Amino acid sequence: MKSALEIAADVRSGASSAVAELERSLSVIAQRNEALNVFLHVDSEGARAAATRVDARVARGEDVGALAGVPVAIKDNLCQVGVPTTCSSRILEGWRPPYSATVVERLVAAGAVVVGKTNLDEFAMGSSTENSAFGPTRNPLDPSRVPGGSSGGSAAAVASDMTSISLGSDTGGSIRQPAALCGLVGVKPTYGLVSRYGLVAFASSLDQVGPFARSVTDAALLLEVIAGHDVRDSTSLPEPAPSLVARVNDGVAGMRIGLVRELVDGADDSVAAAVHAAADALRAAGAEVVDVSIPELGLTLSAYYLIAPAEASSNLARFDGVRYGRRVDADDVTSMMEATRTAGFGAEVKRRIMLGTYALSAGYYDAYYGQALKVRTLTINAFARAYGEVDALLGATTPSVAFKFGEKTDDPMAMYLNDVFTIPTNLAGDPALSVPFATGEEGLPVGVQLLGPGRSEARLFAAARVLEIADGRA
Amino acid sequence: MSGAISRDEVAKVARLARLTLSETELETFTEQLGQILEHARDMNSLDLTGVAATAHPFGITNVVRDDVVTASLDRDTVLAMAPDVRDHRFAVPRILGEAP
Repeated sequence: MKSALEIAADVRSGASSAVAELERSLSVIAQRNEALNVFLHVDSEGARAAATRVDARVARGEDVGALAGVPVAIKDNLCQVGVPTTCSSRILEGWRPPYSATVVERLVAAGAVVVGKTNLDEFAMGSSTENSAFGPTRNPLDPSRVPGGSSGGSAAAVASDMTSISLGSDTGGSIRQPAALCGLVGVKPTYGLVSRYGLVAFASSLDQVGPFARSVTDAALLLEVIAGHDVRDSTSLPEPAPSLVARVNDGVAGMRIGLVRELVDGADDSVAAAVHAAADALRAAGAEVVDVSIPELGLTLSAYYLIAPAEASSNLARFDGVRYGRRVDADDVTSMMEATRTAGFGAEVKRRIMLGTYALSAGYYDAYYGQALKVRTLTINAFARAYGEVDALLGATTPSVAFKFGEKTDDPMAMYLNDVFTIPTNLAGDPALSVPFATGEEGLPVGVQLLGPGRSEARLFAAARVLEIADGRA
Repeated sequence: MSGAISRDEVAKVARLARLTLSETELETFTEQLGQILEHARDMNSLDLTGVAATAHPFGITNVVRDDVVTASLDRDTVLAMAPDVRDHRFAVPRILGEAP
């Protein structure tokens, strides 16, 4: 399987073509999608037209871009004009957005070919894709296990060789957790680095779009393409995309890295062992690894599961059967909205809307939502204090390797606990990535997490690259 | 059962959120939301006096652009995706009724 970097080089040089690369991708999808349920929609026709355009531009001698002819899968909460976008929800079934997300426009401008929309937990709420209205995605490494979530389809697309790279979104770990469970690199960028325009909102102050890839360099390449200021997102950082690919081999010599006790405690033995082995590998490459404790991180799960649902309850109020998506008819407008939402949303989405509505309601606002916002301040301060002492932090991405279907579906709290190591970063707005390192139970992959202060992506990629090499993956 | 939220409160919240819950859902949600809210009480162990609330990581301020006319989405394309349209407008069932 070629990397995105290799595909783009081959297409630009004429050694391959965008059409040939797309057909290879479509043929793997045709072989494996039925069993794995990775794509909710494969846009063969649109992708073939796009690939033909790329090849025509190459033939004319034009510079097609950094992702020339690279097939890319995108999570089905990203809008692509005219292509069905469901967020894995019945309430948006049949909806075709009248515009494209900025990240999709940037992919196309860089010569990439969008092959289709991948499965997710409904509205990105979940950690296993079991909450999709269109059935779960299976982990390509072991189909009896979940691929993680919510971006499980985008992770499975890369893990099954359907595409070399894909896009997901990360609100509390929805890129890093599936990356860990599928043996991939997954990145949650600094809040505001990547435009959210055209990403269907779950929790606006936490959501970020980011890459999945098999290699650190491909992840850096994809992030470079989608990052940078966008006037259509008022929370977008007013600065150009950072240079990332050129710096992946910077190494970690002289870097001070904190091994965070709270991001390892509670993890399975095999996961904890992988994190400690990663610390040794970073030391061997010249980093200084020191033990760090950030007790505040223990409280972030509670804060997150009030803040994210509160924002979701507000964001999802727009799904009322008036302007888009499904409508269940009724005699008056209120009954129509209630019938539409009751039929359109699944159980987890309803649970979070309820939780958020409650946390924001009169009489409880201060006790729950207000308290959670203060814990968020403590989290930000605690990270800032840590980054005064070290350049980056190291921990586990998830407490365990990929779990089996149905293991946590009846117990929301058990499912939420799966996000305990990834949530803190989202509250702080900082970047973090997951990189595969060693293996855990049953030979399944383990993800090691690297965290840094805002705008430290280049540093995190350099450290991840050291781990990738030490693990014999490159 | 934790008792962090009562069945009546769950029913009230469902009405606010425009959701109809069955008897079974009402029961399950009361228990599950209770457990989640019970877990959230660990925040009460903290002394948060004097701590400011953060609603957004970077304390953003409003962004405004120059007041110039630019193209927006095409009306008919947008309306084509709506469940019901009359006279180039979104159509909804009756809003005002007889007083109860």
